[in-house]
Amino acid sequence: MTAPSSVRRTRTPFKEKFIHESLGRGVVTVFGFLIIAITILIGVFLIVRGTGTFTKYHHSAAEFLFSSEWDPADTATEGGGHVGAAIYIVGSLLTCGLGLLIAAPFALGAAIFMTKIVREAGNKIFRPAVEIFVGIPSVVYGWVGLTILVPFIRDVFHAPMGGYSVLAAGIVLAVMIFPTITTVAADAIASVPEVYEMGAYGLGSTKWQVIRHITVPAARNGIFTGIILGLARAFGEALAVAMVIGKTRAFPKGILYPTNNLTAAIAADMGNSANGGEQNLALWSMALLLFIISMFFIFLIHFISAKGELKKS
Amino acid sequence: MKNRKVVSVLAAAMMAAGMLAGCGSSSSSTSASTTAATTAATEAASTEAAAETASTEAAADTASSTAPVSGEVTAAGSSALLPLAQAAAEKFMEANPDCVVTVNGGGSGEGLKQVADGSVDIGNSDVFAEEKLDADSAAKLVDHEVCTITMAPVVNKDLGVTNLTTDQLISIFTGKTTNWSEVGGPDEDILLVTRPSSSGTRTLFKTWALNGEEEASNASLETDDSGTLLQTVEQNKGAIGYVALSYLVNDDNVQAVSIDGVEPTLENTYSGDYKVWGYEHMYTNGDGSEAAQAFINYMMGDDFASDLESMGYGVTSKMSDAAVSAHAAQ
Repeated sequence: MTAPSSVRRTRTPFKEKFIHESLGRGVVTVFGFLIIAITILIGVFLIVRGTGTFTKYHHSAAEFLFSSEWDPADTATEGGGHVGAAIYIVGSLLTCGLGLLIAAPFALGAAIFMTKIVREAGNKIFRPAVEIFVGIPSVVYGWVGLTILVPFIRDVFHAPMGGYSVLAAGIVLAVMIFPTITTVAADAIASVPEVYEMGAYGLGSTKWQVIRHITVPAARNGIFTGIILGLARAFGEALAVAMVIGKTRAFPKGILYPTNNLTAAIAADMGNSANGGEQNLALWSMALLLFIISMFFIFLIHFISAKGELKKS
Repeated sequence: MKNRKVVSVLAAAMMAAGMLAGCGSSSSSTSASTTAATTAATEAASTEAAAETASTEAAADTASSTAPVSGEVTAAGSSALLPLAQAAAEKFMEANPDCVVTVNGGGSGEGLKQVADGSVDIGNSDVFAEEKLDADSAAKLVDHEVCTITMAPVVNKDLGVTNLTTDQLISIFTGKTTNWSEVGGPDEDILLVTRPSSSGTRTLFKTWALNGEEEASNASLETDDSGTLLQTVEQNKGAIGYVALSYLVNDDNVQAVSIDGVEPTLENTYSGDYKVWGYEHMYTNGDGSEAAQAFINYMMGDDFASDLESMGYGVTSKMSDAAVSAHAAQ
């Protein structure tokens, strides 16, 4: 009697097996593969469109990256213009760099404060408060920047072009990436094993000495990951920056001067430019460049965390 | 173990195929509404009317051509034409309850591209299709010059400048003149506020106000839309920019500037005295559907003409011969 029953058990009816095992597994597999497929498709699409500047209109990559002469033809087939995107690239680098310079110290400070100094209130008040920041749409940041920050910079610093400036863009970006860096850094700091800190306390360290010499260095990889995630967000931000940067096609003479960046330049001309034309394809090349930059950031994060794991073992 | 894996992968593949098929069939409609600038009103009307359309479509098909038309019309493109086209769509749908007209923005280039590849019925554009499409695609499209649009230079109200000559305008926008005192204004630095190089507004202004001279992009602020431009001009005393007359109808916070003593008004545009104007185009692929034709005819018709003028656009049929020939000459 035991043998047949065990046989029956191993042969679960197909329908039942499908519902209990294969269905759920299948659904998550689909989602998993779909995400990968979409990422690859976007990449392929950007490569196909973005390389048109170099294959169809025969511009060199050096011209695109290092020339500041931007005068592409905006017709469907005509070429012969110039597609130097250096101003936009430098604009992106400067504003993101400035944004990071402003945001990183604040974010690190806030992360330490809410995880180590006021742990209880940090979890209940500060962390949710910071997380609210993440959810505010970028147009709101841009609008506030446009109505408050830009006139402020004009009146206080006597900025020459109405206050639209690298500084305004840097500050808006700093506010936008601050919560990203803070939350990731706070997580990293909170996950530092308590025994490390206890050991230091045991040797007679003050709280600040522990934070400075034990906690923060131990959480270094997580903090860097937060900074890179913030930087990636800053690079991809279009709307808020576009509203305050002034979009002047010139290298800025200082942080009080306006300039332009990659995302704002794409957004400004993408709808109106002739499809497949020189200007249109040059904008796609800029989109491809942004894609490559963001991939670079992701690889950097993986590199850092891999290095961290290596050290631990 | 192996068997289970195979089944789940098969299930995954089947579901993926289903999803992709779903994506494929809806891709045209999603691309048509990329920038989705539809007003809430249009949207609500379209969903309501969509249900009715289905039930009454058969009846309307048999009716004569003078009866209200039915069907669906999608339009996309020029943001300068968008407010007018949306207002027209609402009125048109009141008169033709079985018809659903959806108008989106996206820019002239996008509108022309979408009408050429069949994603929308009507492509709205500030410029001729030949300027943005290759010759083959442009040849298939039929142009409807639904209205005219007049561009006016605008300055801050506190500046006190109300008139500029063409030479002064060119000198200002090319960056040669940098202070208002050089053109009879107060001692105030000039702040140029312009539009992106692919903008139809900018192209019109360059062609007819600046005699084709290129604006100084390296010394000007650039704004994505006319609303932002107006805000920038309002906030800065030395600022000068340009917008379509339609943006000035309800805006007393900036000063429109006369060119060579001619005020930028519809009357002066009709007579040909004011030269900075252009046609707004609605392109159809071939003759377009019956509903699309009816909608375009409505926009250009007498019933809508007063609405059109009250929104700051010009009626094409009112343009004098002098005005038309002056533009055709160049």
